[in-house]
Amino acid sequence: MPIQVLMPALSPTMEKGNLARWVKKEGDAVKAGDVIAEIETDKATMEVEAVDEGTLGQILVPEGTEDVAVNTPIATIFAEGEEAGAPAAAGTKARQGQGNGSKSSQQAKGAESLPLAAPDQPETKQAPAPAEPKSAVAEPPKPATVPEPDVPEGTEMVTMTMREALRDAMAEEMRLDPDVLVLGEEVAEYQGAYKVTQGLLQEFGARRVIDMPITEHGFAGLGIGAAMAGLKPIVEFMTWNFAMQAMDQLINSAAKTLYMSGGQMVCSVVFRGPNGPAARVAAQHSQDYSAWYSHIPGVKVIAPYTAADAKGLLKAAIRDQNPIIFLENEILYGHSFLVPKLADFVLPIGKAKIARPGGDVTIVAWSMGMTYALKAAEELANDGIEAEVIDLRTLRPMDSATVVQSVMKTGRCVTVEEGWPQNGIGAEIAARVMVEAFDYLDAPVTRVTAEDVPMPYAANLEKLALPSVPKVVDAVKAVCYR
Amino acid sequence: MAASTTTPAAQTASIRRSAAEKPADEQSSPVPALTKEQERAVFEQMLLIRRFEEKAGQMYGMGLIGGFCHLYIGQEAVVVGMQMTRKPGDQVITGYRDHGHMLACGMDPKGVMAELTGRRGGYSKGKGGSMHMFSVEKGFYGGHGIVGAMVPLGTGLAFANRYRGNDNVSLTYFGDGAANQGQVYESFNMAELWKLPVVYIIENNRYAMGTSIDRASATTDLSKRGLSFNIPGEQVDGMDVRAVKAAGAKAVQWCREGNGPYILEMLTYRYRGHSMSDPVKYRTREEVDKVRSEQDPIEQVRLRLIETKRATEDELKKIDASVRAVVNEASEFAIQDPEPDPSELYTDVLR
Repeated sequence: MPIQVLMPALSPTMEKGNLARWVKKEGDAVKAGDVIAEIETDKATMEVEAVDEGTLGQILVPEGTEDVAVNTPIATIFAEGEEAGAPAAAGTKARQGQGNGSKSSQQAKGAESLPLAAPDQPETKQAPAPAEPKSAVAEPPKPATVPEPDVPEGTEMVTMTMREALRDAMAEEMRLDPDVLVLGEEVAEYQGAYKVTQGLLQEFGARRVIDMPITEHGFAGLGIGAAMAGLKPIVEFMTWNFAMQAMDQLINSAAKTLYMSGGQMVCSVVFRGPNGPAARVAAQHSQDYSAWYSHIPGVKVIAPYTAADAKGLLKAAIRDQNPIIFLENEILYGHSFLVPKLADFVLPIGKAKIARPGGDVTIVAWSMGMTYALKAAEELANDGIEAEVIDLRTLRPMDSATVVQSVMKTGRCVTVEEGWPQNGIGAEIAARVMVEAFDYLDAPVTRVTAEDVPMPYAANLEKLALPSVPKVVDAVKAVCYR
Repeated sequence: MAASTTTPAAQTASIRRSAAEKPADEQSSPVPALTKEQERAVFEQMLLIRRFEEKAGQMYGMGLIGGFCHLYIGQEAVVVGMQMTRKPGDQVITGYRDHGHMLACGMDPKGVMAELTGRRGGYSKGKGGSMHMFSVEKGFYGGHGIVGAMVPLGTGLAFANRYRGNDNVSLTYFGDGAANQGQVYESFNMAELWKLPVVYIIENNRYAMGTSIDRASATTDLSKRGLSFNIPGEQVDGMDVRAVKAAGAKAVQWCREGNGPYILEMLTYRYRGHSMSDPVKYRTREEVDKVRSEQDPIEQVRLRLIETKRATEDELKKIDASVRAVVNEASEFAIQDPEPDPSELYTDVLR
């Protein structure tokens, strides 16, 4: 029976890729482990290895094809004795090609351990294995239709991924200020474990874009020391999970020094990297640090959802004189948004944004939480409930005034976060709303959070552990008594 | 009390042999002498630290200083000798036993003492305390309360020097206790990898709080802790300011010339407890007295000044009196200066 080679998922968040090149031709003999093709993802070019022996029968997707969805059959392999040219029948065994990092090595910490499949999307039937890789939530919401409040009317908007927006923000600031530099694991020659620093080494050179050894505690401290000496380092953590090794430096050395020095010792440094649950990487690599860092006086904590906010806020963060915790999201890296085409687009830190206006209920979210919130708001609109969705964007200092103002209008508030419930951001918002808008509340403030458990690996359990659109919809209906 | 020539070593097993305990003819190289002016200056500077710390100890006992207070008495030769190797722009950073470093850097004793008492005229406006003071002007980058944290920070200061292409050097001090922290070795690796200009000065006073180095360290020659990174290191008699200066000058030059980091293990001793609340049950009175009587860094200089007739007893008494006056003035200021205004509670959280 001919074996179908399927387009492989080469990272937890990959949904499609380009078939760059066929290494084997039809009729070539292939052994398990042979490289048969090269695939380009938004992160890297990867080789595809055969997992079966036989003859490459038919190439189903010609080289140069773009945006081939994961799990699409790309070729057939005939086992010994089978005839080339036999049609790929319905009973064909499907095998995914196997990604191989040897060309553009994906062997970095974290990246290496990332599994191939992402959790199934909520509210779809369990697909037969291998599951359709999808990000942890449903379809990425379309770019916001609400005009960006911080952009002059008539500004040209360009479509850009979160990843590109972050890179552009760093590059623009590095062009402006020679004291800005980037430190981190795999930021230079590898072009970033998640390709956020792509091209920076080429433009700015090895003096300003520096690969760090796997030494989070040490290089966080080194970055802070360099900042005390007046430089403006951007320190990338491959993910925030690894920054727990560096937390003493972030909190005790970076956050507190200005205060402890009576205002003398400025520490202008940005710590950035992907935060929050990723996909199928289990408890140690999948958690949200929003509440952890926003607990600490002496830092600013930023967690953008859109690429435009990411760009404008990262530029502001680099210019800021304080230590900044900049929480990105891996799943959002590949999502596209409209970004204003402006020479110098800088957003104010500490200002929330009404992402969708509405009068019936206030939904507060940020970063990945916005994907659930916006999708839920769409569904709720179909049921006649108009939700006002507020994107906090900055978690410290928190713009609770915008939230309170909205709640005074709607009388109801639901918070959405991927962090745990106890002492979460939602708990903080509930407390502030209770104090500042008590008389306006028509229902208790309700939190949608991750479940109070370490992140499980199994796809079904992971889905259960995370917030979801239905959970948000249910919470909203509950506070609306519907 | 001939300081550098007497007594066979190892009378007490727990006392590590220091260079000063070796007979003169065993010294591998003679210690370069200081000039008369240098000798008198180091005498005065070490005495200032000694008297300042004695006063701080008294004021702590009177309840004028709170919290933790780690005195530097006994270790004065280390910072005073190293200070002689600095040039403008060189940075100093250390842990919490930092009063001596600040005075050696030329920070105002009034500002330091007022910080100890938590008053508005303190270097950190009373918000840092004993362990957390800074002076950008004097190149003093703290004053850090977490054991070992200053090592990556000091490495970062050196990184900034390298980034800017100047020939300044970061003097990064830490103790024998901090030498067992993981981040120290993360820093060693990066410093040698990028040839950063940092002198790691390990002030080995033999006790990490109450745990002697023999009980805490698998290898007790801390100058060799950089060997696996190819960082050169040497043990230095940290009780002899001349030896400190000589070794420090060599190390600083090594760094200035772009050769990368250097480790100096200063064999030194603290006479007082780890902090003011330490009952010091982990060592004998005799051990302390022996170091005091045979190796005291200030007494060594005093004897040399007298023996070489570079100063008279009378002149030295006058120096002591002027130092005491400076310390008393600092103490008076630190007692009279008002506490910070309550509004200061909310300032300096963010810039």
